[in-house]
Amino acid sequence: MSAITALPTPIVRTRIHTSRVTQVRVALSEWTKLRTLRSTRYALLTGVAMTIGFAIIPAFVNASRWNNMSASDKAGFHPLDTSLIGVTVAQLAIGVLGVMVISGEYSTGMIRSTFAAVPKRLPVLWGKAGVFGLVTFVLALPSTLIAFFAAQAFLKGHSLNGHDIALSFSDPGVSRAVIGGALYLTLVGLFGLGLGAILRNTAGGISALAGILFVLPTVMSVLPSSWNNAISPYLPSDAGQAIMRIGHPAHTLAPWTGLGVLAAYSAVAIAIAAIQLRRRDV
Amino acid sequence: MIEAQHLTKRYGETNAVRDLTFTVKPGIVTGFLGPNGSGKSTTMRLILGLDAPSEGEVKVNGKRYAEFAAPLHEVGALLEARSVHPGRSAYNHLLAQAQTHGIPRSRVDELIELVGLESVAKKRAGQFSLGMGQRLGIASALLGDPEVVMLDEPVNGLDPDGIRWIRDLMKTLAAEGRTVFLSSHLMSEMALTADHLIVIGRGRLIDDVSVDEFIGRHSKHVVRVRSPQATELTELIASPDVTTEAVEPGLLEIEGLTAEQIGATAAAKNIVLYELAPRQASLEEAFMDLTRDEVEYQAVTPAHAKDHEGALAA
Ligand SMILES: Nc1ncnc2c1ncn2[C@@H]1O[C@H](COP(=O)(O)OP(=O)(O)O)[C@@H](O)[C@H]1O
Ligand SMILES: [Mg+2]
Repeated sequence: MSAITALPTPIVRTRIHTSRVTQVRVALSEWTKLRTLRSTRYALLTGVAMTIGFAIIPAFVNASRWNNMSASDKAGFHPLDTSLIGVTVAQLAIGVLGVMVISGEYSTGMIRSTFAAVPKRLPVLWGKAGVFGLVTFVLALPSTLIAFFAAQAFLKGHSLNGHDIALSFSDPGVSRAVIGGALYLTLVGLFGLGLGAILRNTAGGISALAGILFVLPTVMSVLPSSWNNAISPYLPSDAGQAIMRIGHPAHTLAPWTGLGVLAAYSAVAIAIAAIQLRRRDV
Repeated sequence: MIEAQHLTKRYGETNAVRDLTFTVKPGIVTGFLGPNGSGKSTTMRLILGLDAPSEGEVKVNGKRYAEFAAPLHEVGALLEARSVHPGRSAYNHLLAQAQTHGIPRSRVDELIELVGLESVAKKRAGQFSLGMGQRLGIASALLGDPEVVMLDEPVNGLDPDGIRWIRDLMKTLAAEGRTVFLSSHLMSEMALTADHLIVIGRGRLIDDVSVDEFIGRHSKHVVRVRSPQATELTELIASPDVTTEAVEPGLLEIEGLTAEQIGATAAAKNIVLYELAPRQASLEEAFMDLTRDEVEYQAVTPAHAKDHEGALAA
């Protein structure tokens, strides 16, 4: 470290009277915070890699084994699900990052600097949600597109009952499902962000998120099936994943209804966080 | 200008700050003095609106902190608790703070230079020493060219050079007409830096006084006397104006009489003295005495007994 410089006099008379806190400026600051942490970059990269990787690998494996597969295996093969399976893996990385965007500030004490600069607090929550949501979607959309086209490229040339199994982006419901996969990831990320802001604790936030996304559906399956069938479609993961399905299986929500339900969960989590944020001590 | 009115903060059972009313004026360095656990950091968090008061209010330049359009231009604060993400570089930390107010990058560079962090500005703050962390905190506090500069125990972790630098900085800031409010649990630090003192103990205001007056009022003259007839001497000089403390058998500390008076009295009664030494009690002791009284006063109130223990442990 260099020696401390002698004090100039006056030291810091450079006030800019026009400068003040605005929502756009807070969002810009949140963008700087997001991109300047190594952990953020790793988590986003992991999300992208999983979305693409987990589509390519099963597509490749199935394509190369296609001629040896049994008729029932072939009939049970879903070329769209294969392309988007990576989304359900990547959601953990994105959801955890969502939690940490806020809980990381509490655990490190950074939140005090943040709220000292923006004592009205809510612009910080909107800024974080907006920037993180946008960054996630901007990365997730090319990822699901690449995942889809790469997987279909492997599947092309393999046929079932005389039809090529590869899907075209213009096939009914396909574009909605692929773009919807990116929206799903974004909403899971925002749900994580809301949980992180409510719980203010990384371990707690991640546990809650994983519990709701992965454990709750399993727990539901031990309930009497009439209950399970009535409740499960409305769980965040099941509801949200409706956007990635073609057709409308029993006990699932319609695609946009399902995504809307997930969006509502995320919105409610962020709204609860907003109410608490105004009231609680930092 | 900082104005606290009946400021009170409770955390569950703990009364961290009780009915504090004080004003911190611009143009001078005001020291906020109190032992550990007396409520200094809490008061500063209340000023910044990080915590909400249980009762009362505190205003900065006439408004609540959260009401300002550009808060960093009003108050620049260095808090005691860590307030930086260790994974982010010093430069990016300051940049993110600056961007909330549209403060240009050139200002960030200027402050990095001012606090002498140029060579490590791109390093992650988690790798910083305590002293480097303090400097980053000070850079952050000065970023918005604030009217009020508030520093919580700023010399913690600094080397002697750094401490001198902070003192000069604070005096310069005050000379520029800013309000400078700094906390410490060390009276000696305050005597060197502050012009005015706000003294608290157990969350309560004990004194609001100029440093000169505080020193004049609290520096006391004690005479140290070693004698095999200490008990006899104690009885002999006993009077309402004289305080005698038996430090150990045969060793007294007497307040209220000069060495000459004690020597003459002893000689008149043929009392043997081995040592007769006048000395001035340090300010630190005066301050300790003052706050100890406050602690003992609080201890007799059963409702507060629990947080009294917490304060001693802190
Ligand atoms: N967030 C908090 N929750 C509970 N107790 C607190 C909190 N902050 C401070 N305290 C308690 O309030 C008292 C004052 O603490 P503090 O303001 O940190 O004192 P100081 O800065 O003078 O050392 C202490 O008893 C401390 O334990
Ligand atoms: Mg403190």
